Amino acid sequence: MTLHRADTLGGRAAIAGIGATAFSKDSGRSELKLAVDAVHAALDDAGLRPADVDGLVTFTMDTSPEITVAQAAGIGELSFFSRVHYGGGAACATVQQAALAVACGLADVVVCYRAFNERSGRRFGSGVQQREPSAEGAALGWMLPFGLLTPASWVAMAARRYLHTYGLTPEAFGQVAVTDRRHAARNPAAYFYGKPITLADHAASRWIVEPLRLLDCCQETDGGQALVVTSVERARTLRRKPAVITAAAQGAGRAQEQMTSFSRDLTGLPEMGAVARQLWRTAGLAPADIDVAILYDHFTPFVLMQLEEFGFCAPGEAAGFVAADTLPLNTHGGQLGEAYLHGMNGIAEAVRQVRGSSVNQAPGASRVLVTAGTGVPTSGLILGADG
Amino acid sequence: MTGRQDRVRDEAARSDDLYARLRRFEGRPAATAGVGKDPVNLPMIRHWCEAMGDDHPAYRGPDAVAPPTMLQAWTMGGLSGHTDRSPDYDALFALLDGAGYTSVVATDCEQEYLRPLRPGDRITFDAVIESVSDRKTTKLGTGHFVTTRMDVHAGGRLAGTHRFRILKYAPARAGGRPPRAEPPRRPRPVINRDNAGFWDGVAAHTLLIQRCTGCGRLRLPWLPGCVDCGAQEWDTVEAGGAGTVHSYVVMHHPPFPAFDPPYAVALVELAEGVRMVSNVVGVAYDEVRIGMPVRLEFLRVDEELELPVFRAGVAAEGSVATGGGEG
Ligand SMILES: [Zn+2]
Repeated sequence: MTLHRADTLGGRAAIAGIGATAFSKDSGRSELKLAVDAVHAALDDAGLRPADVDGLVTFTMDTSPEITVAQAAGIGELSFFSRVHYGGGAACATVQQAALAVACGLADVVVCYRAFNERSGRRFGSGVQQREPSAEGAALGWMLPFGLLTPASWVAMAARRYLHTYGLTPEAFGQVAVTDRRHAARNPAAYFYGKPITLADHAASRWIVEPLRLLDCCQETDGGQALVVTSVERARTLRRKPAVITAAAQGAGRAQEQMTSFSRDLTGLPEMGAVARQLWRTAGLAPADIDVAILYDHFTPFVLMQLEEFGFCAPGEAAGFVAADTLPLNTHGGQLGEAYLHGMNGIAEAVRQVRGSSVNQAPGASRVLVTAGTGVPTSGLILGADG
Repeated sequence: MTGRQDRVRDEAARSDDLYARLRRFEGRPAATAGVGKDPVNLPMIRHWCEAMGDDHPAYRGPDAVAPPTMLQAWTMGGLSGHTDRSPDYDALFALLDGAGYTSVVATDCEQEYLRPLRPGDRITFDAVIESVSDRKTTKLGTGHFVTTRMDVHAGGRLAGTHRFRILKYAPARAGGRPPRAEPPRRPRPVINRDNAGFWDGVAAHTLLIQRCTGCGRLRLPWLPGCVDCGAQEWDTVEAGGAGTVHSYVVMHHPPFPAFDPPYAVALVELAEGVRMVSNVVGVAYDEVRIGMPVRLEFLRVDEELELPVFRAGVAAEGSVATGGGEG
């Protein structure tokens, strides 16, 4: 059973620096080098030196260990290091881990990072055809002989049921794609800078896995992103305006699987519902208080379900909610438009919104919601302006 | 368009897609910063000359040089194998293997000699995947040529290059049939101690659902304990075979060797209330629908694998097959 009370982590740490490499289709660098470059960029942004760092957090999926990043980045002893599992579901949880360490005094400056050559190297979209007979492998093994082999296909199974339940057509997903690409078109760092799309473009794009079209699926990316977490007090002394971690939460649902939770109601994301309840409780906020939402969008349908899980709209109404454009959404262009950095680039955008430096700045934004990978055990953050 | 034309078109598309993926390996390292196991040395030169029957005086005596054709010999990994192969090179081979091009034959090599190698020279080398050809059909079979270029350095200076071409191919069948890859096999189920009983059931043409003996909850996929009550004791019930399509997808991209897109994959809800991913047979990929009644049968996929699948349009015997899709 998940918590039914506010936690005490909220407001005790802040994101003080963000840094990324270029987002590309072929970085020409190792994944380790991407990680180090991103860590250095984030430290520069914060006005800190590698020697100030005493904690590192990444994803279990990352190929660059904390100790190797520390060696290659000029970071010395570490007193805290941790990794979070479940693919992109780890993104916001890396920040939660860092905040926990800072709040408990285990470390003073913790850098969260994720870097990969996910386009030029091993592509997730190329699918899975075999797994080891571990518990994790066996869970996915039920899908493989029948040809359900890709992340798009696992999402599509839920997406089809969602459309059926609410009497919608696949064009409903186009609202998310158009919104993301509109924002990406104004973001020079985005892969799709200067390339907005229309609903007609979406509807004309080819099928990947019905009911998902090409323009429902994110771009596989080479790149790295890092975030510097420290105490709110320390952050106030640094170069940038702190983005306070107002609330941070993880969630896994009942009978949770990784992308293939097919025994439950397919029209929602209960793990994100658990994250939402905890974020609202700890922050003492409600959907109407949120200025900008950065919702994980490796595939469009789960953006709709997240809006519903967080209570921005009623179940089945999210496509209309996105079309109405009342909540600034994925203002960096999302993973559909900017880059697929396993959600970490979305956290950086949430920080920019709090700082007032987004290319698609929401005027006066002071409370920003950001989420991690969907369909997997996941996490979320509410970031706020200081004071 | 006929089914055959469809298939030809799909094959062409799949081949194009594979070729695009193969070409991405061009320019990537095949081996990086390799070091010759031994410096250039007189004993190896002597053995080589004896084996080749080459008694040229330049390869003997105090001012001996190594025969230029020994260029590759100085880079070889010995009996321990090609430990210097890069992950890219392995990934390229894995991609070709996965596409059915499982055989390999060396076709030719070219060498250029820039300066002679002398005893005592320390050898280092780097190799790059220079090119991958489009799909070619040869007498051996159909496949792709892979050319690697190795730059051999002595004392940090380029001494020569060694260009090596192989064919990764699917062997042509005996009996004069047109060369084609063996039909690739479907991915295997992942079987372990916790779910082996399910697959034993499939082998006996039964679909076994676990039942918690603590609370009676039915369970599929198989796990050692119950999500409702945590009890570890269970028995099985045999599914009656009736089900409905709870959801489905149509797979278009990317192609997989064992499947012929577009094809449908369904999430079937059994009359007992549990669900499983499977295929719907007896209906076209674009005719699968949510709520469609289906009935269990067993499909022999290859000599090793049998799968529980569901035939469309066969209403359940003695049960109501309408509401199940709305669970
Ligand atoms: Zn039970």
